[in-house]
Amino acid sequence: MRSNLRALGIGAAALLIGLFLLAVGLELAGYDAGAALAALWDGAFGSWRAFTGATLVRAVPLILIGLGFALALRGGALNIGAEGQFYAGAIAAAWVGVHAGGWPAWVALPAVALAGLAAGALWMLLPVILKLRFGVLEVITTLLLNFVAEALVSFMVQGPMQEPSGIYPQSAPIVEAARLPFLFGSRLHAGFVVALLVALALAWVFARTWWGFRLRALGEGPRAAEVSGRVRAGRMLAVALLWSGALAGLAGAFEVSGVSYALYQNLSPGYGFTAIGVALLARLRPSAIVLTGVVFAALEAGAGAMQRDAGIPAVAVYVVEGVVILVLLLGDAAARRQASRRAVPVVDGSP
Amino acid sequence: MLLTLTGISKSFGAVQALRDVDLAVAAGEVHAVLGENGAGKSTLMHIADGLLPPDTGTVAVDGRPVRFRSARDARGHGIGMVHQHSTAVPAFSVMENIALAAGWAVAPTRLRRRVEALTERLALPLDPSLPASTLSVSLKQRLEIIKALAAEARVLLLDEPTAVLAPAESEELFRFVRRFTQGGGGVALITHKLEEALAVADRITVLRRGAVVLSSPRSEVTAEGLTTAMIGGSLVVAPPAVPLRDGPVLVQCEGLEVRGDGGRGLRQASCTIRGGELVAVAGVEGNGQRELLRAVAGLTRPFRGLLEVARPVAFVPEDRTTEGLIPSMTLTENVVLGVGRAASWVTGRGVRRVDWSAARQRTAELADRFDVRSDGTEATAGSLSGGNQQKLLVARALERRPRVLVAENPTRGLDLQATAEVHGRLHAAAAAGAAVLVYSNDLDEVLVLGDRVLVAAGGVITEAPAGIDRVRLGAMILGQGGPDAE
Repeated sequence: MRSNLRALGIGAAALLIGLFLLAVGLELAGYDAGAALAALWDGAFGSWRAFTGATLVRAVPLILIGLGFALALRGGALNIGAEGQFYAGAIAAAWVGVHAGGWPAWVALPAVALAGLAAGALWMLLPVILKLRFGVLEVITTLLLNFVAEALVSFMVQGPMQEPSGIYPQSAPIVEAARLPFLFGSRLHAGFVVALLVALALAWVFARTWWGFRLRALGEGPRAAEVSGRVRAGRMLAVALLWSGALAGLAGAFEVSGVSYALYQNLSPGYGFTAIGVALLARLRPSAIVLTGVVFAALEAGAGAMQRDAGIPAVAVYVVEGVVILVLLLGDAAARRQASRRAVPVVDGSP
Repeated sequence: MLLTLTGISKSFGAVQALRDVDLAVAAGEVHAVLGENGAGKSTLMHIADGLLPPDTGTVAVDGRPVRFRSARDARGHGIGMVHQHSTAVPAFSVMENIALAAGWAVAPTRLRRRVEALTERLALPLDPSLPASTLSVSLKQRLEIIKALAAEARVLLLDEPTAVLAPAESEELFRFVRRFTQGGGGVALITHKLEEALAVADRITVLRRGAVVLSSPRSEVTAEGLTTAMIGGSLVVAPPAVPLRDGPVLVQCEGLEVRGDGGRGLRQASCTIRGGELVAVAGVEGNGQRELLRAVAGLTRPFRGLLEVARPVAFVPEDRTTEGLIPSMTLTENVVLGVGRAASWVTGRGVRRVDWSAARQRTAELADRFDVRSDGTEATAGSLSGGNQQKLLVARALERRPRVLVAENPTRGLDLQATAEVHGRLHAAAAAGAAVLVYSNDLDEVLVLGDRVLVAAGGVITEAPAGIDRVRLGAMILGQGGPDAE
């Protein structure tokens, strides 16, 4: 518990340092930093509407993708391809949503979500096969498939899935029944609740289940896990990676059925990459991912407002995200150093 | 005095590893440091080598106090350390490794001449251009010694140097040690082997629980006195169990062939092990015994031949912290991993769950029963000393109630008391009806432990005749005089 509070403190400090550096940078560049930060705050937390409709809506994909990234990395596999899996999920969800005419919502909504999950997992299938069969690193294959997915979306919205008039590069709108209901009368869709449930479920899997325990063992000591005879590494990583892809696909499905109601190019402002930071900052802990997901979503939501209200390019906020990650990594390194100085050296160990 | 450590104390958190320890290495002298696991031998050597700073106390070279900030600092003062395991870069050649350690320029022609001059001066021949990865264990150690001495070291710290060597190779090492001391150098030898200390040391210091309990010239001590000092009482030796000769056959192999990782592997093994038997395998590393053990443990698939093993099988790997325990995980988690899903704390059918409080409780019981000393069940396995790690590994293996127990070098690097305890556990497992298969590169251990002895030479496993002695067994493992050896 104390270590959790400590981690929270470090995170808050990192955020403050990041915002401070942003303010200094803006002042030096001749902007009014005070007004900029005020706009950032207003855009993220200024009103109930902003908090739910801007911040929490963006938190949904960040949390889901972050959870999936953590799931794979706990077992020692790096899924850098969430962006691609997100788009795969979005394509499948949009296709189902457009063709769900006449379905009741209780059929259409699960169908859309399942389509997203399945497409995300399917997009991960090739990296998994290449990894198990030929030992190709998943870092490379998942990353490269991002470009394929983006090109596929581009092709879809200008080809097979283009809206009937054929003018705009987007799909037809999905039917009403396939749109997620809103929560608390705001623009926040029900996908947020699902994201929280997934976080809870994953926390339980890691802490309490035999499978989750073995996955952690595989990530922390791959040789020992295999020699113990309890872990079949290939199979376990395949399952973890497929779920990782599925969660990113679900995020894509929710973005279509809860926010955009159609498939667009550039549907994701880089959620697949931002979520890596979200998961790493949370040290892969599901409950913490919810928190860091909301924080990063707030930064992104505030960035939009800052651009609109103070005329400052939204990308300036990436400085804050970057600084937060750097500060926390430095804090980790310092903590490790301290720990290794305190640790008892193993008797037969070489340094 | 070449090297003097005075009043050294060192704590790690709540654990006091060293308390007011004095140690002096004189020119021309071999000073053996004997002690139990966790007695502080390695910590003391790490302080002497600059890898750890002492909390209090001073290190002096030639009587002048020094403060080392790194091993490189210590090397600059003429102190070289030979670690138990190779620290060479495998992809580098011998001379590149030496250049790396000594900070020499790497221009090949000059470097080769310099290295050749060095190996000649030390009378430790070693081809400078061989890649380190191709060296045998004993040549790797030779490389470590050359590295340590490259910068004109006058004090050599040897950490359990014979743990990885065959008897003849140990002899050769000690001949070098004597030459080195006759040339005016001083040696600190960490060992847990009494006979070794008695055979080569001029002076012996015994550490127990971080403090010096005895320090005398060799001529004034006896084996009994040293044993008592080391363990603070007389040694507990488990009486060997009477083997059940007519137990059921639990391991059977016939014409077994197993491919090795790069080496020749196992070419031919036929053997039968019954319940209640403890079978020990002797051999120099890389002669097929590793493949035999791992095939029996179910970790490697045989290439050809018949292999039948009763289940469950438990395996105690030689490498405690890579293949055995996961250092970053807790004692409980390591036990849970090793015992597997048949354990009582794994519950539920569809989604199996782990009842951590039950697992913790059982781990605490095991730690108590096997005398694993730690800061509790939630301490990380990496925080344990080597002996305690080994006891935890054995405890965890036996918790599976195996019908076949396989162990590789189960007492490597352990002190007398821990060795006796591990031996007792292996005997007890056999007495309880398990078939126990052990490999050790220590011939004495093979002879003490085995009801029967198998010999691995050139990838072929043969059975040694009953009542074989150390000398004949030593010849057999080198492929001389065995019935089927080339």
